[in-house]
Amino acid sequence: MAEYYLLAVLTLDATIRVSTPLILAALAGLVVERSGVIDIGLEGKMLAAAFAAAAAASLTGSVWLGLLAGVVVSVLLALLHGFACITHRGNQIVSGVAINIVVAGLTVLLGISWFERGGQTPPLPNSARFNAITFPGAEAVAEVPILGALYAELVSGHNILVYLAFLAVPAVWWLVYRTRFGLRLRATGENPAAVDTAGISVVRMRYLALVLCGILCGIAGSYLSTGHGAGFLRDMTAGKGFIALAAMIFGKWRPVPVLFACLLFGFLDAVAIRLQGVEVPLLGEVPVQFVQALPYILTVVVLAGFIGQAIAPRASGLPYVKEH
Amino acid sequence: MAASGAPAIVLRGINKHFGPVHANREVSLTVPAGTIHGIVGENGAGKSTLMSILYGFYQADSGEIEVAGEARRIASPEDAIKAGIGMVHQHFMLVDVFTVLENILLGAEGGPLLAGGLAAARAEVERLERDYGLEVDPDAVVGELPVGLRQRVELLKALYRGAGILILDEPTGVLTPQEADRLFEILRSMRERGVTIILITHKLREIMAITDNVSVMRAGEIVAERATAETTREELAELMVGRPVLLRVEKTAARPAEVVLQARDLTVIDDKGVVRVDHVDFTLRAGEIVGIAGVSGNGQSELLEALSGIRPLDGGELVVHGTTITPERPRDAHHMRALNLAHVPEDRQRMGLVPAFQAWESAILGYQDDPQYTGPVFLKIGAIVGDTTAKMARFDVRPAEPLLGSANFSGGNQQKLVLAREIERQPEILLVGQPTRGVDIGAIEFIHRRLIEMRDGCCGVLLVSVELDEILSLSDRILVMFEGRIVGEVPGAEADARTIGLMMANAMPDEATVAADG
Repeated sequence: MAEYYLLAVLTLDATIRVSTPLILAALAGLVVERSGVIDIGLEGKMLAAAFAAAAAASLTGSVWLGLLAGVVVSVLLALLHGFACITHRGNQIVSGVAINIVVAGLTVLLGISWFERGGQTPPLPNSARFNAITFPGAEAVAEVPILGALYAELVSGHNILVYLAFLAVPAVWWLVYRTRFGLRLRATGENPAAVDTAGISVVRMRYLALVLCGILCGIAGSYLSTGHGAGFLRDMTAGKGFIALAAMIFGKWRPVPVLFACLLFGFLDAVAIRLQGVEVPLLGEVPVQFVQALPYILTVVVLAGFIGQAIAPRASGLPYVKEH
Repeated sequence: MAASGAPAIVLRGINKHFGPVHANREVSLTVPAGTIHGIVGENGAGKSTLMSILYGFYQADSGEIEVAGEARRIASPEDAIKAGIGMVHQHFMLVDVFTVLENILLGAEGGPLLAGGLAAARAEVERLERDYGLEVDPDAVVGELPVGLRQRVELLKALYRGAGILILDEPTGVLTPQEADRLFEILRSMRERGVTIILITHKLREIMAITDNVSVMRAGEIVAERATAETTREELAELMVGRPVLLRVEKTAARPAEVVLQARDLTVIDDKGVVRVDHVDFTLRAGEIVGIAGVSGNGQSELLEALSGIRPLDGGELVVHGTTITPERPRDAHHMRALNLAHVPEDRQRMGLVPAFQAWESAILGYQDDPQYTGPVFLKIGAIVGDTTAKMARFDVRPAEPLLGSANFSGGNQQKLVLAREIERQPEILLVGQPTRGVDIGAIEFIHRRLIEMRDGCCGVLLVSVELDEILSLSDRILVMFEGRIVGEVPGAEADARTIGLMMANAMPDEATVAADG
């Protein structure tokens, strides 16, 4: 029994670690779509940030400089998206896809030419990574039945970006629902003309949302290469940006439901890893591919409307053009 | 509020070009403080452009703006709000998913956090509601409010920002006559409290009812200024159009003949499962115009679409020329046309023509299979273009260029083109939706005359319009729709705006409601 319990706790522990980049990226998508800009380029921004963070951390030996580099690169890409689809009213999907494709190629190209390791960055020593933080008393209580394992494995023992991601959920909720910025943000995504006539710049609101989106994506990407992993691998986001988009829709553009959607997707991912080569009673060996495909299958089911209607902010995807 | 003595607004020599179009030409305007000032003009006369300049949406190419005696540069709505100018747009600028209070607060939050602002706003809004009689629940979600109340939210928004000068752009377009009267009461009480109001409208009745002074715009210029008490509707109409206009449609008594269309228990349910047309019964005879009055969104559009075969019936039956159409035996629009039924749709941009088509293509839509227009494979383009040219001449479509894109014609000329297409087939039943929406006065006169001619030629005309004046002046019988039902029928000769207006709001005392099917 205790064995299974520990297994469950370890799976949940893995869930938290796998969910972290999803949460950050899904919140990034939430903020930007609430302003009426669709950002399909979460994936690309994360990947670019992962590369920049690993490269900077490897060159300087400082993980904080790595994080800074990741965030800066991600914000710059977000601004590029804004330049294309806010300033020049380009198609938001096309711009986002373009960013994804460019980043997928560019990270590998730069990786090869800078580090000569086939697109990877050199492995990061622990001194240049975000390391697990052990909470006071975690080791002492680890042996306490049930609660001890929960505290030691689940609550304690993650790196700072994990805690940051979970704190970002109430922070974004507060920002969106309790502040002037949030009121204007939501209004911009629903009816930009109303925002304009109220004397607020729609363009400025959307750029601000994109900057926030860039920061969150930058942290998500940096986490992948300097927290979760130890260095950049080509295509290391592996669709997480799209899963984050799915989680955002699943959570209906609301921070708390989005958190749970991310945890669900993260959990499926963690289970998929656990189930590799394991004989499940009654079912036999479950094909890992099936479990890995579950988040996507789930998204299709969700988007098909089985779990209630997901209504996007009304103006999302539409460039704002003054008309009178 | 406005400073003593100085006019609230002075505009001097305002010019504005959009490409080759001179939208405002040397416009000068003085609005005395504490008055209601009307600006009338046809569509495209430049009134909205002028007000957009005053509210900071557009920058004038040249000219000066003075607010309460002070020269101002108004580069954005923010500047306008700071100068004490508020604007209520024709299409409301509200966020549907927000509450009334959140909408009022947007842009005037009073601090980075909402909590304090919301509390302060609640108190202030309650005061404004009391002072001006603008009752509305501050916690209601705006998207669930009727249009009349949404407009009050817009007024509250402006007042909350301390607007001493209020611009209203076509404020009564979506209101019942009673709601419009209520609005005018509110505007009068605002004037008493020193608010200056600029009212943009094309409804001369409203100008006469409420304004102190009126400016008439035509082709980008102010062509006349009058004290309202010293002018008449006829004079204003003439000034707007630049020639004498017949405001009353002249017509003889109708001579209704046999029934050409009969609806029994007709029911239409939309995609969301909402009953749009609710067990409707009526008849249409040859040689009469039956008008359907109602506030926009009460099922008239769906009824029209069901009658024309665009929307399937969900209950009841429709008899056209002895052909019975039921939900089990539907007929599409093509078949309905074959029954000699023509349809001028409400929304000409979306359903009347294809904006991207050239005029000759739009001119045969729905009749493209006619052997007159098409061979076994190819369209007879020469014949169609010739035919379109002839129609354009007969219906005074300007410019008479069949190869011009449909979108490049003005609203009135597009409508005349659609009307020509449908009328020239000599239909026995003509369904017409909003025939003069966005059409200038000159063209309205022409279109109305054509509809009367059709009636006199023994066609049964069913007219759906949200313009009550239009219904009153054309119809031989008037049906009033409310929430999908026909709530009253009044003979055209006995109808007056007040009675119909009450029926449109379903506020008639029961005994006064004339039974349907008279």
